Amino acid sequence: MTMPEKGQLVTANRLRDGIAVFLTRSGQWSEIIDDAALALEPQAAAALEARARDDEKATLVTGAYLIDAERLGGRVRAAHIRERMRALGPTVRLDLGKQAEGKGAGFGAPEGV
Amino acid sequence: MYRYDEFDHQFVRERTNQFRNQADRRLKGDLTEEEFRPLRLMNGLYLQLHAYMLRVAIPYGTLSSRQMRQLAFIADKWDKGYGHFTTRQNIQYNWIKLEETADILDALAEVEMHAIQTSGNCIRNVTTDHWAGAAADEIADPRPVGELLRQWSSLHPEFSFLPRKFKIAVTGAPNDRAAVKVHDIGLRLHKNDRNETGWEVIVGGGLGRTPMIGVTVRDFLPEHELVAYLEAIMRVYNLYGRRDNKYKARIKILVHEIGADKFKSEVEAEYAKRPHASTEVEERELKRIEAYFAPPQLEKLPRWSPGFEEAKLSHPAFARWAKNNLGPHRADGYAIVNISLKPDGGIPGDATSGQMRLMADLSERYSFDELRISHAQNVVLPHVKKDDVFAVWQQLESAGLGAANYGLAGDIIACPGLDYCALATARSIPIAQSISRKFEDSKKQDEIGKLKINISGCINACGHHHVGHIGILGLDKKGEEFYQITLGGSSAENASIGTILGPGFAGHEVADAIETILDTYLKLREPGEEFLAAYRRVGPKPFKEALYAVA
Repeated sequence: MTMPEKGQLVTANRLRDGIAVFLTRSGQWSEIIDDAALALEPQAAAALEARARDDEKATLVTGAYLIDAERLGGRVRAAHIRERMRALGPTVRLDLGKQAEGKGAGFGAPEGV
Repeated sequence: MYRYDEFDHQFVRERTNQFRNQADRRLKGDLTEEEFRPLRLMNGLYLQLHAYMLRVAIPYGTLSSRQMRQLAFIADKWDKGYGHFTTRQNIQYNWIKLEETADILDALAEVEMHAIQTSGNCIRNVTTDHWAGAAADEIADPRPVGELLRQWSSLHPEFSFLPRKFKIAVTGAPNDRAAVKVHDIGLRLHKNDRNETGWEVIVGGGLGRTPMIGVTVRDFLPEHELVAYLEAIMRVYNLYGRRDNKYKARIKILVHEIGADKFKSEVEAEYAKRPHASTEVEERELKRIEAYFAPPQLEKLPRWSPGFEEAKLSHPAFARWAKNNLGPHRADGYAIVNISLKPDGGIPGDATSGQMRLMADLSERYSFDELRISHAQNVVLPHVKKDDVFAVWQQLESAGLGAANYGLAGDIIACPGLDYCALATARSIPIAQSISRKFEDSKKQDEIGKLKINISGCINACGHHHVGHIGILGLDKKGEEFYQITLGGSSAENASIGTILGPGFAGHEVADAIETILDTYLKLREPGEEFLAAYRRVGPKPFKEALYAVA
């Protein structure tokens, strides 16, 4: 059985519209968490974070931070429910947000109550 | 309703222009987030999980049809076609773009609205009884005082950087529907033995992580001394309120730490120092404002409306709705229509733009152009002729607004929770939905009777869980949501803070737990005894036994 890779990625909100975005390997910001660069080592995580700080200064994003996540078969899943929410949209309005715009990740479908 | 004068218009326009400039500077990088954050918050703009959120003030919960239509227009043009009515009688939009916010504020200004006093450490939007001006039990309409306090407190230079946010609620009726005992300042109008009206001034109530019932600092403040007296309270708080710890900065902590007696004597000493003892200015100003709130020209009608009675007989669903959702109006032949924004399995407080427009139309046609938002996240048509109630109901029904659960188990207060809110630790809405679905059976809801279930998704308690007859608090336990249940809270005149019943529950267990609690209540209640009264009589023991014994 393939084990997921565990690491950290950087997320932020895009400054102009507040949409949750994720830092990719090429240094772009994607709305899709599956595109995120997953740092497997602390140094790599620090490098991602440093890049994000530059983009904060460049007014692309605001409030960047590292989150725990795992990747399996190209899909990325945030460890905490709060971040899964940001990656998908509200669980009570499946017709809204990334999940409705084809930008939801393949992982972590919203869990109901 | 209050209408802006030239000064008000100019004030709001200038504020909007100022924000447009601030937002532009932020987008260009001339302001850092740290610099910009307090500026955007002072204009009601938060950054939440999915986007920015704009909270719009609805002063004392009163709207005209024109304003409601503009709220619908904003929902369609700049959001995703809906809005969320909050537990402070405001509305918030969940999908706002920073780059468009100034345009929204312009659109609000067109209809004499804004987002000032919806955030920051200032005196927040004053809230009142949502039946104000219509309720049968009312001594006087509290909204003129609400407006007076709005004008006094808006951007008040001395009170713009308080230790923490500050919330004032006003009621003009003995049955407290404005939760005045759990506000920083609660004002209750009442009469003394000589039939004069005055204010009971209650200070230091609040919810959040340290819930407290306020203490009465003046039992009977003469009617026109209000602003000067509140100024004295604010001064004492501004001076002595803690600024070293955000969690100890509310006035309730100050009152608690120095003691109610010491606090009172500080306030009285400050009050004695006021420069003018004359109440002439306040009297004149209140009179000017009161003219805007002149009661509508109600017709002289018989108490009995044959059309209304016949409709109830021929339409059982209408009869049930009328029984639950109408409030007693002060004038014969009229009713207060409470529109429940809590459809079975729905999202408490959410309304689509179409529903907003329909409610605006109904208010224009049937309720003297007035709407109210309640802190329980419902909408009120305050003055509807009983003859018209059936027609109103039919239109509400056809728009998905006919839920007949006002004040019942399905009428749940819930904050947005982790589905939207950056502060939340757990989801609230899905819990509300699961409980609402559990009690979809209208017979069971009616059998249970008056009940307040309040749900918060974090300890900040926007969902008022401490004062729910049944309160539910969502927390995060090692990355998993779990929910604590409290019983016996109330925000009414007999206010109390609920008691935690026992260990918490996983999300999927909550609705069953509530059902167990309510089945226990049904078994032990005395004839006609409401849930809260029964709980106060028997205490938590039987409920604990029912919930935890088997496990």
